[in-house]
Amino acid sequence: MTLFNILFFAIAALIVASTGIAITRRNLVHAVIYLIFGFFGSAFLFYLFGSPFLAALMVIVYAGAIMILFLFIIMMLRVESPEESLFPPPQILPAVLFATAYGVIGGLLLVNDPSAAVALVEARTEPAEFGKYIFTQSWLAVEITSLLLLVAIIGALLVGKRPVKESEE
Amino acid sequence: MGISFGYVLALSGIVVVLGMICAVARRNLIMILLGVEVMLNGAAIAFIGAALRWQHLEGQAFVLFIIAIAAAEVSLGLALIVYLYHRTGSLDPQDYKALR
Repeated sequence: MTLFNILFFAIAALIVASTGIAITRRNLVHAVIYLIFGFFGSAFLFYLFGSPFLAALMVIVYAGAIMILFLFIIMMLRVESPEESLFPPPQILPAVLFATAYGVIGGLLLVNDPSAAVALVEARTEPAEFGKYIFTQSWLAVEITSLLLLVAIIGALLVGKRPVKESEE
Repeated sequence: MGISFGYVLALSGIVVVLGMICAVARRNLIMILLGVEVMLNGAAIAFIGAALRWQHLEGQAFVLFIIAIAAAEVSLGLALIVYLYHRTGSLDPQDYKALR
């Protein structure tokens, strides 16, 4: 067991545990905090897999911006755990059924994989190299993404404005 | 024993299934949106593992776009949730029966 393997298994256990705790919390604030820890685990994994820039972006955008936006909304709406049963049986049963089926078949597929013996080789991408790749090879996708973010801003503005207008009328 | 790509795929599969269970089984719009976030995170883990497996930057580039799309999706989704809450006073999707 090298340090790489130990780190991978530790981070994987961290991610699965904190995500699993997060999705079973009744209190929304607790769920979001546990999920922030899960995303920190993902950032560690990205760093381990040789991409420090994406690890930083994961912390800044996912854990920093997206989850804090969730916290803002939860505190703004002041929701008091409206659900009586956490996982109502008619909803959880098909989910568990399909999850087990896909888990079993996916596990068999992974066991059957002929390239399963190929071990991952550690590598590191410098942020400058990554930026050069992004803006030379996939510049069109960058433009489309910026357009998508613009559309999301306009959409969020429009949707957020409407209830105020109706209450004034 | 070394880590093969299969371990990474298994991890990302587990995370995606956890997110799917959260999105399908919880009865709260905010938890449903959180489940979608967890699923996107699982997909990002698979892409970053593939980038390491084939030593190619395309996977990492895709993770960048996944993060951007998650940001766009969550801003619009939360705006819709706030709108629905002001409109109906509830976050339970089973309470929305205006068309019934």
